[in-house]
Amino acid sequence: MVEWLNILVQGAMLGGLYALFAVGLSLSFGIMRLVNIAHGDLIVLSAYFALMAVNASNLPALTTLVVIVPVMFGLGYVLQRFLLNLTLSGGLLPPLLVTFGISVITENALLQAFGPDIQRLHAGAIETASVSFGPLAVGVYPMLVFATAVLALAALQVVFYRTALGRAFRATSDDADTAEMMGVDNRHLYAVAMAIAMIFTALAGVLMAIRTTFDPASGPTRLIFAFEAVIIGGLGSLWGTLLGGMVLGIAQAVGAALSPTWQILAGHLAFLLILMVRPSGFFPRTRD
Amino acid sequence: MAGYRIERSTRESRWFAGFLVLVLAALATLPYWGGPGDMRLVSEMAYYLALAQLWNLLAGYAGLVSVGQQAFVGLGAYFMFYLASELGIHPLLALALAGPFAAVISLPMALAVFRLRGAYLAVGTWVFAETFELGVSLIQPLGAGSGMSLTPAIMRQIAETRDGRDLVLYWVSLLIVTVILALVYWLLRSRHGLALTAIRDSEAASESLGVDTFRTKLMIYVVTAACTGVVGAFIFLEKLRLSPESGFSVNDWTVVVIFMVVIGGIGTLEGPIIGMLVYFGLREFLADYGTWYLILLGVTAVVIMLKAQDGLWGLVAKRFNLHLFSVRRHLAR
Amino acid sequence: MSLLQTRGLRAFYGDFQALFDIDVTVEEGETVAIIGANGAGKTTFLRSVAGALACGAAMVEFDGRAIGALTAHEIVRLGIAMVPEGRRLFPSLTVEENLLLGAYCGRAGAWTLARVYELFPMLEERRTLPATLLSGGQQQMAAIGRALMSNPRLLLCDELSLGLAPVVIRDIYARLGAITAEGTTLLIVEQDINRALDASARFYCFQEGRVALTAACRGFDRDAITSAYFGL
Repeated sequence: MVEWLNILVQGAMLGGLYALFAVGLSLSFGIMRLVNIAHGDLIVLSAYFALMAVNASNLPALTTLVVIVPVMFGLGYVLQRFLLNLTLSGGLLPPLLVTFGISVITENALLQAFGPDIQRLHAGAIETASVSFGPLAVGVYPMLVFATAVLALAALQVVFYRTALGRAFRATSDDADTAEMMGVDNRHLYAVAMAIAMIFTALAGVLMAIRTTFDPASGPTRLIFAFEAVIIGGLGSLWGTLLGGMVLGIAQAVGAALSPTWQILAGHLAFLLILMVRPSGFFPRTRD
Repeated sequence: MAGYRIERSTRESRWFAGFLVLVLAALATLPYWGGPGDMRLVSEMAYYLALAQLWNLLAGYAGLVSVGQQAFVGLGAYFMFYLASELGIHPLLALALAGPFAAVISLPMALAVFRLRGAYLAVGTWVFAETFELGVSLIQPLGAGSGMSLTPAIMRQIAETRDGRDLVLYWVSLLIVTVILALVYWLLRSRHGLALTAIRDSEAASESLGVDTFRTKLMIYVVTAACTGVVGAFIFLEKLRLSPESGFSVNDWTVVVIFMVVIGGIGTLEGPIIGMLVYFGLREFLADYGTWYLILLGVTAVVIMLKAQDGLWGLVAKRFNLHLFSVRRHLAR
Repeated sequence: MSLLQTRGLRAFYGDFQALFDIDVTVEEGETVAIIGANGAGKTTFLRSVAGALACGAAMVEFDGRAIGALTAHEIVRLGIAMVPEGRRLFPSLTVEENLLLGAYCGRAGAWTLARVYELFPMLEERRTLPATLLSGGQQQMAAIGRALMSNPRLLLCDELSLGLAPVVIRDIYARLGAITAEGTTLLIVEQDINRALDASARFYCFQEGRVALTAACRGFDRDAITSAYFGL
């Protein structure tokens, strides 16, 4: 019984990380109708940047976020403004194939620069520390990741619903044409949206790299996890993404109890099941 | 409108058809005038061309961008290996049976995946492929994580000698690509082809005109799956060795194929041919550069998508108003 | 110098030409109407002025400045605001948020949220409701209010009466007076000829992408208008 409770809690905590994976994808789809196939690779890129920062400066891994987040923010703005914006008016294929191309380029560039070796970031004692809640032992680090996800989502909620920028985001998501007629510069706004998405991507990358290993080819799997969390939770719903992440995390935790292969497979099966039964997820909101 | 009639072929397409027949004849006789590596290379070009035409049919005509066709490559291969190894069925028969098998599996997949749209459909197909890869790696009779091999005994069923086998497999590859090209060509010339082009341009408008978009897309998805399954079975029949990672490799069976189609020209029959030739040409010159080569491919695909959405063939076709395959209809006096 | 001047304005949707050499002048403080049948090019004209549709730079002049090539958001900043055809309020935003978004470009002036609520009290009553839950007339008022929040010098009104009951239309047009009293110039596009002519000083009649007739509204022969409207 306690065994299962442990698995449940572990999976739920893992959900926090998956929510961070998913938010970036969700943001760019909600505002720009763009699914960034390179999303997972950008998460991995953040992890590699952090690795470079750690090697160069001997800073603790988590501290590198101070540098990585602004770097990815800037990268996201530039990527969207000067490349991805160009694909938005051409229909379905250009955004998909361009981001697909970026995915392949990023993966191979990382492979070229760092080799295929599996990497890991270290954060010291916090990785293995755990706290006991009665019979349950919960890892400190997973709780930290979960808390980060909740805080980040809350911050995003505030931006979306209490700021002029957030209003502009929601309006553009509804009707980009009319928003432009109200004074919203779409090209700039999309770039800001992608930049914000990258904040989450950077967080996800660094936090992930401390928890698990990564290598240049890890990107696609992260994309798939992000995607599964988004679909399970419901396209366009912020907090749904957290729930989706948690459902995925729990499914994976249950599978992991059997074997590492079953971990990922269980996640896929849960996703496919929900897709068959409730294709719009638990909290669907985005109008398409 | 007196004096006009609707024609399918143009002068260029008639010349091209003749040219194709010559090329096919030359290739068929390759074993007698070519070098040892040539047959292998042409075989590889043939099956990649087949995969590219199939992906193009799916994405360029039916508007279903799948990043998961490697599922059918792997499924077809595993089915054939299992039939040949465990059930003692003749490998070429097993190869043919891989088609219907893939078709059957694709039906429930389509029902799940068609609930998604656009890029989400793409990632959905990818998830399916990953699921199959993981699932297969857990099944002991399929060799689990390490995979399966085809023994010499099995291969001797095709031909007694090594040379004989190479010959037979070579001609099988030509047969497969010819049949698939013919099938795709026939489909596009038929009313299904007209429906597909309409769907590609506007699904809503097509529906309102009475085109059953769901059934058309389903039919295309299943047919492509079946053909991809056969190609997959063939690929690994040549390789003799199959593992979950190689059978369901997204890089080998999807990334390269997509690049071929995009660079050559999506939504045309000529495009994948050009794309395949460009890919193999580049590979000859850049094979030593490993990852740089893939980076170059990626950059080329991005540039083409931004600047020349219709690919290299699109540039040529627009400039010279050239259509080599007579799939369209035009007015002639 | 006129506030708005178009010279030889041509507009295309792809290969299709929708406007042919339109010359329209609007003086500051005036109310000018553009009337015409469906497909005459009225909305296309407004969209070209507002920057939603691209055209040659010199084809549209605002306060002496060539704005034809500018984008819509740049043009709002200069002082032209649009009340779009069909209202096009943002469904994800409340009434108040819709109004606040109208002020996004940051132009200062008489029209603040308080002033808009003064003009349209029923909007204040419903400020926290999702905008699309309002009635047609209330949505139209919200759309006008949203455009006013950018403190425009020129307000473009596209088919205010579309889909509204006569008593509601009368109510809306009655409030236009408060807007022009602030000195705002109005360019009204309407299919309802009488309403448009009663509210304006001058009019242009469009027919198949061209100006078929232009004159002062007062005392003009309605039969001549009918001929021009239908291209007879």
